[in-house]
Amino acid sequence: MYNKGTIIPGLILFVLFVTFPIWFNGLTTAGDLPKPELPPGGEKQCVMPADYMRANHMQLLNEWRDNVLRDGDREILEINGKKYPKGLQMACMTCHSQKEKFCDSCHTYAAVDPYCWDCHLTPNEAGSKEAMH
Amino acid sequence: MDNKRRKFLKIAGASVLAGIGAPAVIKLTAATPALASGHGEAPAHAPAPDAHGGHAEEAPQGVRLGMVIDLRKMNENPEMLDSAIAACIAAHNIPEFPDKKNEVKWIWKAPFENVFTDHSASHSAAKVKNFPSVALCNHCDDPPCVRACPTQATFRLEKNGIVAMDFHRCIGCRFCMAACPYGARSFNWQDPRPYIKKYNKEFPSRMKGVVEKCNFCGERLALGQEPACVEACKGTGAIVFGDLNDAKSEIRAVLDKEFTIQRKPTLGTKPSVFYIV
Repeated sequence: MYNKGTIIPGLILFVLFVTFPIWFNGLTTAGDLPKPELPPGGEKQCVMPADYMRANHMQLLNEWRDNVLRDGDREILEINGKKYPKGLQMACMTCHSQKEKFCDSCHTYAAVDPYCWDCHLTPNEAGSKEAMH
Repeated sequence: MDNKRRKFLKIAGASVLAGIGAPAVIKLTAATPALASGHGEAPAHAPAPDAHGGHAEEAPQGVRLGMVIDLRKMNENPEMLDSAIAACIAAHNIPEFPDKKNEVKWIWKAPFENVFTDHSASHSAAKVKNFPSVALCNHCDDPPCVRACPTQATFRLEKNGIVAMDFHRCIGCRFCMAACPYGARSFNWQDPRPYIKKYNKEFPSRMKGVVEKCNFCGERLALGQEPACVEACKGTGAIVFGDLNDAKSEIRAVLDKEFTIQRKPTLGTKPSVFYIV
């Protein structure tokens, strides 16, 4: 083979470069799966099974939004004796009171930046201005 | 060359004429059989034209929420108006900006002649002149803001007549603000969060670039509560809230008894907030 000395290191470099995302993720912390912290107080139950919520919470929230705001359907869901008014602040955040440890852990990992929090208050924010007035 | 162009124009002209004429010809030929079949099964199709013709002057049916504000009672007790406004601010996380040009207002005070621009303000009584009137969204039957909104972020709830807003959809174009003849909408020019004195956990705040307005406390009504301003004036009868279409409601009793005025009734928006002066 002509130019063996250039071609073989070149090929090795090329393979390394192409597979960079695979081995870089394996070697660094970027591959660690997020571990969202469950609600304090040992709450085990949600409005839907955990699997469903993990995959579809955003659709559910959109449905609730349309129900409440556009259709005026604010019917309170009752699941196993617990009442859930439809709403991010009124239902979700009462259990998942630590947005930073629950929501953010996955959202940051997936590089999703939902704008829910631009308007909806996290318990921390709501608490910060409760003492005043 | 000339000859060719002449020929081209002739063909083009003829085809344009044919193109314009074709739909008319199709319509004419299609209309005859349609009419014929319509006559054949008249009973089934007959009500349709009636229904179309009838809805023009129909009054809105079903629950239609409205409000009567007694300015005389507000006049006697000025603190009541302040407490009503404060109740609204607390209920809806309304920011209180120091600069008046950024003001966000759902229910607010304004001079009588600014609120009732249709009414003559010359030689008005001192108590009217000096006392601020209350203004809020009129929740019109025919709201111009709903027509102006390109995203349907503002819409009319058919079930109770509230002109509501879906803040998620608002793109901040402010067409609704231009359309509203009552100035009942406010734009968030800056992040409101630092200017909210006390958060109400049950209600979201808004963000920069979103228009907001009074929602007749839709979220409180759903829980069986009265609007915050009505509750703040409870027992005084200064604000009466209820269903305008329910002949037995308290609001109708007040409307039947008292002389009331509306804001800018000549615009035909049919406001559902009434005032006793």
